[in-house]
Amino acid sequence: MPFMPVKFNLQKRVKLAQGLWMIYWLSVIVGILIFSLGIFFKIELRKRSEMMDNNESHLVPNLLILVGLLACGVSAFGGKVCHDSLDPVKFAKWKPMLKPYLLLCCGFNALMLLTVLLCFLMQFAVYLTLAEGLKNSIKFYKDTDTPGRCFMKRTLDMTQIEFRCCGNNNFRDWFEVQWISNRYLDMSNDLVKDRVLSNVEGKYLMDSVPFSCCNPGSPRPCIQHHLTNNSAHYDYDHRIEELNIWTRGCREALFSYFSNMMNSIGMLIIATIILESADMAGLKYLTTALETMEDPENPECESEGWLLEKSVKETFSEMLAKMKTLGASNQVEGGDAAEAAT
Amino acid sequence: MVLLKIKFTQQRRVHLAQGLWLLSWMAVMWGAIIFCLGVYLKTELLRRDEVMDNTEIHVVPNILMMVGLASIGTNWVASRVCQDSMDATRFPRWKVLLLVWFAVAAVLCCLLIAVVVLSFALQGRLEESLKVGLRNGIRFYKDTDVPGRCFQKETIDRLQMEFRCCGNNNFKDWFEVQWVSSRYLNFTSKEVKDRIRSNVDGRYLLDGIPFSCCNPSSPRPCLLYHLTDNNAHYSYDYHSEELNVYSRGCRQALTDYYMQLMNSTGPGVLSVILIQISVLLSMRYLQTAMEGAMGLEDPEGESEGYLLEKGVKETFEDLKVNALTMLKFGQVDPNDTEGSSEAAEKDASPTPAS
Repeated sequence: MPFMPVKFNLQKRVKLAQGLWMIYWLSVIVGILIFSLGIFFKIELRKRSEMMDNNESHLVPNLLILVGLLACGVSAFGGKVCHDSLDPVKFAKWKPMLKPYLLLCCGFNALMLLTVLLCFLMQFAVYLTLAEGLKNSIKFYKDTDTPGRCFMKRTLDMTQIEFRCCGNNNFRDWFEVQWISNRYLDMSNDLVKDRVLSNVEGKYLMDSVPFSCCNPGSPRPCIQHHLTNNSAHYDYDHRIEELNIWTRGCREALFSYFSNMMNSIGMLIIATIILESADMAGLKYLTTALETMEDPENPECESEGWLLEKSVKETFSEMLAKMKTLGASNQVEGGDAAEAAT
Repeated sequence: MVLLKIKFTQQRRVHLAQGLWLLSWMAVMWGAIIFCLGVYLKTELLRRDEVMDNTEIHVVPNILMMVGLASIGTNWVASRVCQDSMDATRFPRWKVLLLVWFAVAAVLCCLLIAVVVLSFALQGRLEESLKVGLRNGIRFYKDTDVPGRCFQKETIDRLQMEFRCCGNNNFKDWFEVQWVSSRYLNFTSKEVKDRIRSNVDGRYLLDGIPFSCCNPSSPRPCLLYHLTDNNAHYSYDYHSEELNVYSRGCRQALTDYYMQLMNSTGPGVLSVILIQISVLLSMRYLQTAMEGAMGLEDPEGESEGYLLEKGVKETFEDLKVNALTMLKFGQVDPNDTEGSSEAAEKDASPTPAS
């Protein structure tokens, strides 16, 4: 008893072949889209790699690039088979390759499912990497004379300007590190000496933020220094002042950017899985319909197409039996040889 | 004396029609590209509308958009004519339209050349417009409480950060205006009172700049105030400090940006001009060859195609005479009747002799 049989006459077969051909080419375009999204994601990760201490994981974009290429290849092959399917001579040469091809498609769908899972789960890894990386970036902001870290200041400034954020969790992260290099501090000045002596590690700490934290939308020229001192500025109350500097932290800003990207890519891959499954089902129907033609010489005859030759349960038990035979084949042969000997 | 005569066999005519059909579809595509370029340029100009004083420069993208649309229509008509050209019954109905078509195509080519010339010629006007616009922007920077100017500060800040520039000509433009609103000045403070009294207009001027002028590439945290005072900052020399703020003026930055944008459309426009001219010439050859072929007894035989029926000078004079005839429509008739009566007399006189 075949699983989900459908009767096909010539017209239906032709329509199925044409429709399937178009869907395969749509899959090729979607494959190209996934490939380019993978490259885009990889480039974005590289751009922000300094914020993530250069140890971000490139597993997801690499997998996306692979999936995109495979989707193109698999769908192009499927489209070619569809194109040749209505010509019995050409179809005959594709026939032996169909079973391995369908198995390959199943494996490909499993790979895409894995990619979707990774897209959603790796966001946690990105969050943790960002937290660690931004903490270090803020620490090394002042080291513009240390080789390997010269551009940390510029990168962090540009990131804060672009993503409209300040600090790791919020702007107070800047109060806890020395972000002015000692080269620009007059160590003979009393004020400087007081500040340096005021903490255990001898860091020049102050309640100020870099200029890149400033919000251009503020009606007032940016107040960068003495942020917690209301009397340092005219008509200023640091508890109600909201527009002066960005209130959002860069970890949250960067994470929401990457998380949106990864979510949309995940959605696209789910749509691709559905598309590929439809492709596989269509191809199975087409090939079975062509195989079961009673009279191969007469193209107008009716035929039947199905998804599985027997019902789901029977196919499953057959597969299990096959695997058991494969596994027990050594023992069976050994038993036979022993019996033959005796 | 025919200009640039070429012999056409039936096969050559068919090839010409097919080639012209392909060429006209390519021209349609290029017309669409020109339209999109025009739209993009206009959008970019509109984005920075607030720092421009006048909209004279908008004539370049407007012409590009118009020409793009007209080119799409014209070349689509050309492809229809090609399709009908092989059919002797359908081709004659295009005869009158073709004259109009040639005129329109010629006008399009001229407009495209004008666009290229304009995009260079208007550079001076663009700079002037930006100069006035930026000057006003810097003057009204502090007026974040005046309706209509509330967002001037944000616009100028974002502009300076995006284009990496400061002020109109350079950062010293900020020293000449009061860019801190009086709402945030403590008028009881001695320092504020001194500064206000130090100039005739009673403005709070300082040698400081807004934060958006800061250059992130500077190794040192940005210095915003007391820029001309070397003693105000440790290890600071006003004359040798280069990286602290952006040294380029915003007028120069914006002009460079727009000039680059318009120059990059140059090759596209030039190739459209070339394609349009080749479509025009091929259409003329096709028209004359088909008309020649239809005049023959054997429509499949050889015919001649040419650009102009007479030489350039003669065609020009013909056109002049036609134009003058149309203009002097009223005056020609009395001369004709006089001339015809004279001719009748002349005709009458020799006959008795013969």
